[in-house]
Parts: sequence; structure tokens; C-alpha cells
Amino acid sequence: MWRLTKIELFKIFKKPRTYIAFGAIAAIICLVQFALYVDGNTYMNFMLGSIENSFSVEGNLLNGYLVFFIILQTLLVHVPLLVALVAGDMIAGEANMGTLRLLITKPVSRTALLLSKFFASTIYSVLLLTFMAVLGLLVSMMIFGTGDLMILKSEKILIIDHADILWRYFAAYGFAALSMITVAALSFLFSVFAENSIGPIIAAMSVVIVFTILTTMDIPFFNHIKPYLFTNHMLNWKGFFDRPVDRREVIKSALYLLGHIVFFVSLTIYIFKRKDILS
Amino acid sequence: MSAIIHIENLSKRFNEIQAVNNLSFSVAKAEVYGFLGQNGAGKSTTIRMLLTLIRPTQGSIHIFKKNIRTSRKEILKNVGAIIEKPDLYNYLTALENLAIMAKLSGLNPSQKELIQRLERVGIAERANSKVKTFSQGMKQRLGIACALIHNPELIVLDEPTNGLDPQGIADMRNLILRLSKEEGKTVFVSSHLLSEIEVIADSMLIIDKGVKIAEGRVADLLNPSDTLVQIEATNRQDAFSIIRQSQWNNFLQPSHKIVLKMHRKQIPQLVKYLADNNIDIVSVEHKHSLENYFLSLTTANQHVATYKN
Repeated sequence: MWRLTKIELFKIFKKPRTYIAFGAIAAIICLVQFALYVDGNTYMNFMLGSIENSFSVEGNLLNGYLVFFIILQTLLVHVPLLVALVAGDMIAGEANMGTLRLLITKPVSRTALLLSKFFASTIYSVLLLTFMAVLGLLVSMMIFGTGDLMILKSEKILIIDHADILWRYFAAYGFAALSMITVAALSFLFSVFAENSIGPIIAAMSVVIVFTILTTMDIPFFNHIKPYLFTNHMLNWKGFFDRPVDRREVIKSALYLLGHIVFFVSLTIYIFKRKDILS
Repeated sequence: MSAIIHIENLSKRFNEIQAVNNLSFSVAKAEVYGFLGQNGAGKSTTIRMLLTLIRPTQGSIHIFKKNIRTSRKEILKNVGAIIEKPDLYNYLTALENLAIMAKLSGLNPSQKELIQRLERVGIAERANSKVKTFSQGMKQRLGIACALIHNPELIVLDEPTNGLDPQGIADMRNLILRLSKEEGKTVFVSSHLLSEIEVIADSMLIIDKGVKIAEGRVADLLNPSDTLVQIEATNRQDAFSIIRQSQWNNFLQPSHKIVLKMHRKQIPQLVKYLADNNIDIVSVEHKHSLENYFLSLTTANQHVATYKN
């Protein structure tokens, strides 16, 4: 299996489109860092405008931790698109090139072939998040320094001590990885039906966008289905930045995402094993 | 000789279309087996079922005396294939493509071994060029190197000369003959051209609308005694009457044209007879009756296509 996964990773990282995602993430992170470096005070004044009259706020508030939190909120909405770009291409792209039939004629089982492709997509998604974490957190810490993390929530202001922050980022990173793998698994499922990668990418993104809209809309009718939408659980990485962390809720969401991954991949294998390769 | 491929009552249905219907045949070891049929006859569907790309609706496929359903991996370790066109990763180099194919077949050859394989098909100097810069002929050569990288016993080629220039076609024919006659490989090759199968195959099967039309040794199927001779003369009625009064009447075929079915070596005698009887012959055309039949299938299809257009 690892031999097949290595082949798939080799193919992924030989494709120019793979680096679009890394380039896009680097560009967004650098732009946010540059903007905050140049005009961070204005941003902070805007953010603290309503509370500065009541509280005395001191210290290095615009620190690396806060910058990365801002980056995460901005980026995690868009990363699914970048994940779908590669995962949606894994089967449909091969069908389009005609190489899928070549792979099927090799002494490799269809299940092993699919799992290796999925593992490769998973590794790609994790690498993308790692790249985002290194560039977003480490570089922000180097530029802006460290300090306590102040998060403004709708009903409260949360200040997390600087010594209590890093583990939260690691946990959020793990949770975000699970979310991105869910998107990868969904794109992977759509990929099995198509013979070009545009279809699965658009289909996966459409589902993510529609579900996200339903998640954020506060309409009673939609409130009934919200708990069942995986996009609702994808946002729970923010749960690690609560005090105390609602472990039960976070674990529930993580298990829900894990269940989706297993369902999407199992369904993909079931369909692919019975599929006639006509491309 | 033992059968390398044994297919029994194979059928495939796509919704309303019966692509392959109750097909049975066997391919012997070390022979070149031609699989002939016009476009849409069911050749590619059959080949895809052989290679497990498509699941048959009914019937069984045994390769190396093993059932393809139960021993798929074991069988495919000894099968190399090119389906319609060489399937390659255009964004990778020739060397990288070949290395991937080797690894997928469970091999781990050195760079030197891979280069040697590319040398055998004459593209070693382009080993590090991306495949997207290759001509069709070069892609075909690389496809062959990929199909043969694991030294398979059975080679399946679906329309291997499609898109090749005359030199490429000749090279492909020579390669098929070398693989079979010198290296003892079994080659299953499909084509829509009888002339192509005729020169390379030991046995052949003709398929039309998914049904087997003819099968046997090429030498038997293309027996010279089944030659159709068409004579064009300045006065057709005189020619007809001269033939009807002679022994040649037995060879005359029902047609408004002068068509006789006979052994090819009898043609000079017929021409001499007509000339001696003052018949001015404009042309003499001959083709095998099987070729004539095969052409009629193709022509019939062309008429349909023209009508629809």
C-alpha cells in the first residue's frame, strides 16, 4: 500500500496545479501579515473600539498568535477549495488522461488503488495545513512576537495566557486536518463519477458552500438539519479557543467528521469496484 | 498447444445495447491472434473484459487456465496491454512513466535498466523529456516499453497501429512478429483492417455487432480457393454467354457483374479463355471472399452513416 501511495504522491507533486494551493496560501498569509505589519494599529483600534472605553488594554496584543488566529479565520473557509482541486482530480483526472484503464490493468486491486489515492490526498491535505501553520504561526511569531491571545466573541472577550496557547493551535491543527480530509473524501467520491476533474471540484465545493450557508443561516427550519451537516462540525476547531474547552462537543464533531470520511471513502470503493471503465 | 486465453459465452450489455453476444474462442500459446471487426463491432468491449476494465454480463474468461474473476492479480502480473492509445502521464518524463509502470507491476528496476528498455524501443535519447513533447509514434513506442516492462507472457494490443505513420506501422508489425516468433509471447491484437491482421496473425476471429462471424487459422480462412474474381469486359453480355457455355459456368456467382469464385491460380486460364474467345477484358480484380464479406460489413455501415448525415 505504501508503495502505491508513494507513486500517487509522486504524481501529485509532479503536477503544476498542486503548487497553486501552496502559492495561494503563501500569498494570502503574506498579504495579511504585511497588512497587519504596516497598519496593524488601525486594525486593533477598530477591533477594540467598543471596549476601550470600559477596559484598559495593555501589552503586545497584535502578536503572532492573534495574527495567526486572524489568518485561520480568513483561510480555513478557502482551503477546502484547494483540497478539492487535488482530491477531485485523483480519479477523474486519470480517467480524462486515459491512465485509469492502465492502472486497472496492473496487478493491483481496485480497493488498494483507491485507498492509496485517498491516502495520498490525505497526506497532501495535511501538508497543505502544515505549510499554512508554519508560514502563518511561526513567521507571524517571528515578525510580531508573542503575547496573550485576545479573542472577541459575540458575548465575551476571551484572553488566553501566552503559555496556554500553543497546544490549542496544535489541537485546532489536528481538527482542521480532519475537516480538510472530509472535504478530500467528498471530492474523492464525486471524482469516481466523472471523466474530468472540473466536475468533482465544482460539485464538492458546491456542497461545501451550500452546507456552509445552511450552517450560518439562523432560520428555525434549517436549525433542525444543522447538526447533521458536516460543515457545521468543520467549524468546531474554534472550540479549542474557548475556556474551558467543551471537550464533549469537540470530540462529537471530530467523530462526526471521521464518520463522514469513512462513509465517503467506503461508498467510493463500493462504486468504483463495480464501475465499468469506459474512458 | 495449450490455450492461453479461453473465453466462453461472453456477453456484455450496456442498457439497450448488446455490445458482445455469446462470444467464445481460445488463443493458443505463442500465437498472434487477430481480432478483427469494424468500429463498434465489440472488439474494445471484449478486450476491456479481458483486462478486467469491464464486468461481463455473462460468460467466463480464463487466462493461463485461471479464472479472471478469482485470480485477477495473479493473471495481470503476466499481461501487458495497450488499449486504443498508449496511456501515459503527459506531465512526466519517459523515464518517470516507465518507472511508475515497473513499480505498479511490482518491480524496482535501476535507472540503467530503464534506459536499456527505452533503448530497445529507440527513444533513450528522450528519456528525460516530458511525454507531452512526444510525437504520436514516440508515445506508441513508450507505451510498448511500458506494456513490456514486466516481461509479460500475454500481450494485448487494441488497434496498435492507429495514428501511426507507415514506418511506425511497419515497426509495430515487426515487433509483434518478433515477440511471438522469437520470444514465444502470445499476442492478442485487434484491428479493423483485414490486410493488417492477414500479415501478422496466425489465427483470427471476425466479430460483427458483438457476434462471432468467422474464426480459424488465417491460412485456412484466407484460402486461395475462395478467391472472388471480377471481370470487366467491353461487351458484358458476350462475356457472360461465353462463360456460361464453358466449364467456368460452375464458378459463376449470382450477380449482374461477372464474378466467379475460384482458386487464385486459375485466374490466368480464365483470362486466356476469354481472350481466345475475342472478349476484350478491361480489368480483372480479385479479392478473397472473406475480405469481400468483411468489406461489405464496413460498406453497409458507411451507407448508414451517409444516410444519417
